[in-house]
Amino acid sequence: MLIALTVALAFGSERLSLFHLSKEQQAILFDIRMPRVFLAACVGASLAAAGAGLQALLRNPLAEPYLLGVSNGAALGTMLAFVLFENLELARPVMAFLGAIASTVVVYQMAKGRAGMTVERLVLSGVIVTTFLSSIIVLFTSLLDAAKLRSFTFWLLGDLSQATRNGVYLCLAAAVVGTVILVSQARALNLMMIGERDALDFGVEVSRVRLFVFGAGALLVGASVAASGSVGYVGLIVPHLVRMATGSDNRSVIPFSALAGASFVVLADMVARVAIAPRELPVGAITALVGAPLFIYLLRRS
Amino acid sequence: MISVKYIGVRFGRRDVIDDVSFELSDGEIVALLGPNGAGKTTLIRALNSTVSISSGEIFLGGNSIFTMSRREIARQIAVVAQENETKFPITVLEFVLAGRFIHGGALGWETESDIAIARRALQDCDLAQFADRSMNELSGGERQRVVLARALATGANVLLLDEPTANLDLAHQAMMFRLVRERCRSCKASAVVITHDLNLAAEFADRILLLNGGRLFALGYPNEVLTAENINTVFGVNVLLDKNPASHNPRVTTLF
Repeated sequence: MLIALTVALAFGSERLSLFHLSKEQQAILFDIRMPRVFLAACVGASLAAAGAGLQALLRNPLAEPYLLGVSNGAALGTMLAFVLFENLELARPVMAFLGAIASTVVVYQMAKGRAGMTVERLVLSGVIVTTFLSSIIVLFTSLLDAAKLRSFTFWLLGDLSQATRNGVYLCLAAAVVGTVILVSQARALNLMMIGERDALDFGVEVSRVRLFVFGAGALLVGASVAASGSVGYVGLIVPHLVRMATGSDNRSVIPFSALAGASFVVLADMVARVAIAPRELPVGAITALVGAPLFIYLLRRS
Repeated sequence: MISVKYIGVRFGRRDVIDDVSFELSDGEIVALLGPNGAGKTTLIRALNSTVSISSGEIFLGGNSIFTMSRREIARQIAVVAQENETKFPITVLEFVLAGRFIHGGALGWETESDIAIARRALQDCDLAQFADRSMNELSGGERQRVVLARALATGANVLLLDEPTANLDLAHQAMMFRLVRERCRSCKASAVVITHDLNLAAEFADRILLLNGGRLFALGYPNEVLTAENINTVFGVNVLLDKNPASHNPRVTTLF
């Protein structure tokens, strides 16, 4: 990951040599690019770790924060913050987190049937909530004027260009706290991956693990979406690839996913900055362009 | 060891288990028999508290099961149930090591001793050579034996087995029961085994609990419980009862 970071720092719409910097170049490096690259790392780490945790919890290698409505909840929260509290920077991540929590709770409650919650019900509820929230978001965007519409659509697809110092600190804090919580549940998740009944039989407090993993997931996804919009496929693809390399033990998968996710998004963002310089592509488009074909390839192999 | 007093389990309006009481002593194997739908699996799941009882009490080693955490229960009771298909790649050894979860911290990695115990359990079940293979490379019967190995690896002294010999060939059916009996004799463990094989039950069980429609129909030694009359009433089948010439235990032959 360190290699990815260094590479990303060096390249950009202005090529910079890391050792002989003019005052102007220093400004670019430290005030604009560095926060952005670090933000990319935090977002990538958060989304990948959240994806790994959710996949283990739901016993579904195809689970992703998007599937469960978490990302769209966060996006809606962010939008509301943008519309209602336009100048309050802190409002966005807070509302995103609230949106993520709210959608997680709704999905969870919907999924609890009389016979208990099955993975199928959970995924189904998640898809329903995701599509519902998606339509609300689209409704909202259709009410915006042209300029706002363009910038909002861009953001929705994953836009790291709004990185600020505070934004990075917040995302970093969320990434660390969320990943630590997930790692603390890693061993229990190993058992839950075999089956919830098996996990119960062998001493796992299943409802407590669910609470922690969903909570950490909402925190991680909320912080990421508030900072950078919807960067897709990271939570889906990265844990998959990590598992292919290290096996399914979550005590390895979760930390390594965080590292790999960070590298992935850092590099993707670099491409987004450089590919059609001086204009930018949304980073979410890059991750989707790489992620979707990769995913199809993985599907066919399994 | 386990004391079950007048327990009932209700699903909606239905009494799946009704007024069942019995005691399970150390070192004892009880076979739980009954027709499909009699409530055998529910009874087993009530014993380890994965199904809640709506009336009555269960005492585990003197303590009421309501006061115990999942961990404490799992320390004393291990379950061998039908194995689910795993969606993630997991090796046989990793699967069995899950049985050591209660002995470690939440973050802890398995110790040398955990791994040794897991390997020993695999060896006892004749699976040592599969330790590093992936679970989905094994046959159904082999996977079922891994499930037993996992239960043995926990070191729990109550084993609950739900049709453990369902997919096993003759040799391994006998091996499964022999292993359970070994464990019970040497470690003073006790076991409740659900099986459809009345003869295997007669050979290996110290007592038989015959369940019918959620109620305790009969509880006692094999030769007391396995009578043509009981079997006819509960299972609706005519059988011939005689003695196994080798072991002198009751032998059931169905009359078609």
